Amino acid sequence: MEQQLQQLKNEALEAIASASDVKSLNDVRVKYLGKKGPITDLLKGMGKLPAEDRPKMGALVNEVRGEVTAELESRMAALEEEAVTRKLEAESIDVTLPGTPVKTGTHHPLTRIIEEIEDFFISMGYEVAEGPEVEKDYYNFEALNLPKGHPARDMQDSFYITEDVLLRTHTSPVQARTMEAKEGKSFKIICPGKVYRRDNDDATHSHQFTQIEGLVVGENIRMSDLKGTLDRFAKKMFGEDREIRLRPSYFPFTEPSVEMDISCFKCGGSGCNVCKKTGWIEILGAGMVHPNVLRMGGYDPEVHSGFAFGMGPERIAMLKYGIEDIRHFYTDDLRFIGQFRRAEG
Amino acid sequence: MKVSLNWLSEYVDIEGVEPAELAEKITRSGIEVDAVDNRSEGLKNIVVGHVLECNQHPQADKLNICVVDVGEEEPSQIICGAPNVAAGQKVIVARPGARLPGGMKIKKAKLRGEESHGMICSLQELGFDGKVVPKAYASGIYVLPEESRPGQDALGLLGLNDTVLELDLTPNRSDALSMLGVAYETAAILSKEVTLPETAHDEAAVPASDLLGLRIESPEANPLYAAKVVRNVTVGESPEWLKARLMAAGVRPHNNIVDITNYVLMEYGQPLHAFDYDRLGTKEIAVRHAAKGEVIETLDGTERSLEPHHLVITNGREPVAIAGVMGGANSEVHDGTTTVVIEAAYFSPASVRKTSRELGLRSDASTRFEKGVDPNRVVEAGERAAALMAELAGGEVLSGTVLFDELDKEPKRVAVSPDFINERLGMKIPFEEMEEILKRLKFPYEAVNGQFIIDAPTRRVDITIPEDIVEEIARLYGYDEIPATLPVTESIPGGLSPYQEKRRTVRRYLEGAGLYQAITYSLTSESESQKFALETAPVTRLLMPMSEDRSTLRQSLLPHLLAAVTYNTARQTSSVALYEVGSVFLGEGEDGLPTEVEHVAGAITGDWSGGGWQEGHKQVDFYSVKGVVEELAAKLGLSENLSFRKGEMDGLHPGRTADVLLNGQQVGVIGQLHPSEQKARDLKETIVFELNLQRLLNEDTEPLLYTPVPKFPSISRDIALVVPKAVEAATLENTIRANAGSMLKEVRIFDVYEGERMEEGMKSIAFSLTYLDPERTLTDEEVTEAHNRIVAALEAEGAQTRN
Repeated sequence: MEQQLQQLKNEALEAIASASDVKSLNDVRVKYLGKKGPITDLLKGMGKLPAEDRPKMGALVNEVRGEVTAELESRMAALEEEAVTRKLEAESIDVTLPGTPVKTGTHHPLTRIIEEIEDFFISMGYEVAEGPEVEKDYYNFEALNLPKGHPARDMQDSFYITEDVLLRTHTSPVQARTMEAKEGKSFKIICPGKVYRRDNDDATHSHQFTQIEGLVVGENIRMSDLKGTLDRFAKKMFGEDREIRLRPSYFPFTEPSVEMDISCFKCGGSGCNVCKKTGWIEILGAGMVHPNVLRMGGYDPEVHSGFAFGMGPERIAMLKYGIEDIRHFYTDDLRFIGQFRRAEG
Repeated sequence: MKVSLNWLSEYVDIEGVEPAELAEKITRSGIEVDAVDNRSEGLKNIVVGHVLECNQHPQADKLNICVVDVGEEEPSQIICGAPNVAAGQKVIVARPGARLPGGMKIKKAKLRGEESHGMICSLQELGFDGKVVPKAYASGIYVLPEESRPGQDALGLLGLNDTVLELDLTPNRSDALSMLGVAYETAAILSKEVTLPETAHDEAAVPASDLLGLRIESPEANPLYAAKVVRNVTVGESPEWLKARLMAAGVRPHNNIVDITNYVLMEYGQPLHAFDYDRLGTKEIAVRHAAKGEVIETLDGTERSLEPHHLVITNGREPVAIAGVMGGANSEVHDGTTTVVIEAAYFSPASVRKTSRELGLRSDASTRFEKGVDPNRVVEAGERAAALMAELAGGEVLSGTVLFDELDKEPKRVAVSPDFINERLGMKIPFEEMEEILKRLKFPYEAVNGQFIIDAPTRRVDITIPEDIVEEIARLYGYDEIPATLPVTESIPGGLSPYQEKRRTVRRYLEGAGLYQAITYSLTSESESQKFALETAPVTRLLMPMSEDRSTLRQSLLPHLLAAVTYNTARQTSSVALYEVGSVFLGEGEDGLPTEVEHVAGAITGDWSGGGWQEGHKQVDFYSVKGVVEELAAKLGLSENLSFRKGEMDGLHPGRTADVLLNGQQVGVIGQLHPSEQKARDLKETIVFELNLQRLLNEDTEPLLYTPVPKFPSISRDIALVVPKAVEAATLENTIRANAGSMLKEVRIFDVYEGERMEEGMKSIAFSLTYLDPERTLTDEEVTEAHNRIVAALEAEGAQTRN
């Protein structure tokens, strides 16, 4: 019987070793260790043995069963690991295939510029003021020191709707309206919006475009405050190493009036095609609010003063991104807008 | 304004200042210099030639073989094609090796077998604008004065050894529309003096008033009129220097008399007019308003019909000039003129502007009168012209001036304190420096009690208030000197309004959802202006549109947005998703302005998702876009307030259009374009939406408060229903909600089927219902009870339940 047991053990170990997968190994388990298996049979047959042989044989059978079980388990673990490895191998993919497209849109480049400007001035304590695109002649011109017949009205040929109503030619009427609404209190605003002028659309003209203007009114607002504000703005918008310069100019609603140039962000001032070899790029117009404008807005120019500035987001976008034709902003070609989806900096 | 530096140096010393440096200084202190034109740049080896012989080329009808003395021992043979070349002329010769504008190089050449040693030049070939070349030489070579010496440098003779600065003047600086004005500006910048032109001349004993009477009937429009009479003039070509200066200034020379008036116009900024005394036909000048329909033929040969508010100069009977705008043909100076009347006058800016606008006639004269000429230089300019006519046309100036003068010539007095100037600028410019600047500007002033009392010169019509002086001081002191500070004001927090904040949320959301932001034009054609409008009102139309396509303000964003979609699909972008936030313009509000309402609209065609290599493409459909709108409402906290119902709109598919309602009132529309609309716009299936954004953003919402996350499990039950196709899901959902009781948390439709497995005219629709009590675990029994109630209610309404 001992011999029989030894042979059984050898058979079982051989079967374990040759089982190639979990299923056949399970078959081996059932065959040798199952309730109807030979080892169980042997145990059942113990009753027929003489009593003195039983403990020895019992221990022997248990030893064989323990050995077979241990071998089976270790083989099982190995096969399971093998199975996982095979599964992983089978599941491997080509990671160089492109990912599933995520469809997102993007904002218009003008919105990008306008929001950037808004956010800068908001951080400096400004509110964002808006107003109607169809305006009264009074707010568009008269309240801004441009009475009927003023020569500077030539500068902006307008779309009139009636004699007294027109499409605003600049966002300045928002300034006039804000002064009225603030009733003599100090304030800082910027006014972004669409404006309209009687121009034929071409590479540099558009009958509809955008503007963003700023206005600060308070006691003892100085021209140096305007310069400091614009200097911070230029650095934020065009880079920390930008310098600004002011040149005298003329706007009916400011006195003194200036134009602001920044040192060229492309060549740094040495002269290139962006700055037309001058080293400077004209960015905006500005000035100290004209006393007539303050007066019409309900402020006493003896007590209050202010500064104002205005710029064209189209121009800034064209300079910043190297866009050559203003009409791109209004044809809404996805091949154009889509280029402004990424962050800068 | 074109400023010849040669000419400018007559009045102010600019010796030693490089043109580019001067241009920079002028620009930095107030007047933008647009261009610095070195007129001899690129010109070389161009001399005076004397045409000794001129014979027709044997091989070419239009060519001449000229023998030209160019100052060398041997004359040169030059072939010339100009029709006006002739023996005896002094001409401009570009010698072999010469350079002409545009890099053209002159070489020896053979023309039809004949050698040519150079080229006889026209002024255009030297870079002159054809518009300023005297008419006699406009289509041929230029002929130099008899006394020119062969071989002499022709550039100097033609005034080309000069630099011209092109000034871009702002409307306030009309003083710089004259050489003298620019001289004052330059003198202020360089701290120099100004030398005034010579006005002295001999006078004949005869008083001008013997020959001419003067009557001014409209002194408001013409407060000053000065007439000088010059006899015995010889009309002819002006001397070369004068022609050269005029051409440099962009004025075409005519004859010495006209040229002198133009020269003084450019010099003083004072327009003058010369009448032929004999052609006046009367011994009188009378200035009055025109009679209605009165006609005058102006110098440009056009007959013009006048209105009663147009001011005219007459000979006492009929108009001989439109005051300040243009002279009449009937009294024009001509070759045979012997006696000239010089008009120097002040016409009111408003009157001239109106007249010149209405007649569509702008001239160098009207531009200056419109802006206001210097009252104190009107008479002086007349004297200057008389002096030049005596000198250059051999005229005899009659004594005295025929004068009417009621013009206020007082300078404007401006008082300003140095403190005010420094406060406004945020600077500390010393008093003495300010004084120095006023002196450089030649502004007469007194310092009284620490204040400057300034008599602003009348040439500077722009100086009227203290702030103007602030600017003068600052620009000459230098804007670079202003420090950079920040305003010290009450600390008001900046920021966006809640409305602006939410609008940004909407934009960001739509972009995240896959839509690109478009910006389109507000102006459209009248026929498109109300298309797709959620609400129509009388249209806002321009008085004078530039074209019908841009004549009317839009009442919907969709037409232009769809045009943008077509633009893209026509360029091989087949999937397009655009949105726009913008205003529509409705009717007329109380203040006379149209009501502007901010809308948001979208237009989507092509793929909505997919497009990769993995899965198929999902075309956009009504429900994709409805999903966008629903989530937009969720983002604004308005999910509960929003509902949808079957809608109708011209241009949209009648079976695939929904009205969007906010608290039961329409705020928008979603729909698929009508097939015929799609075809007309050359589009494939396209879904659009438009919402009254203003209403959505202005709607008050509940404060955002946290609801505890449920601690107890929810229970889900499904109901599958079979109903006639026409039954709307919303109706079924309403029934479910009305009968569910408070435990029902969510109703979700997870399947809809209409197809062959269904009975004709029926559809199946499956709901998943979620029940929850935040306070406890629900029992199966109570959920079953609620569920049965719902099923019973649905069946009562005719729905069949199915398993």
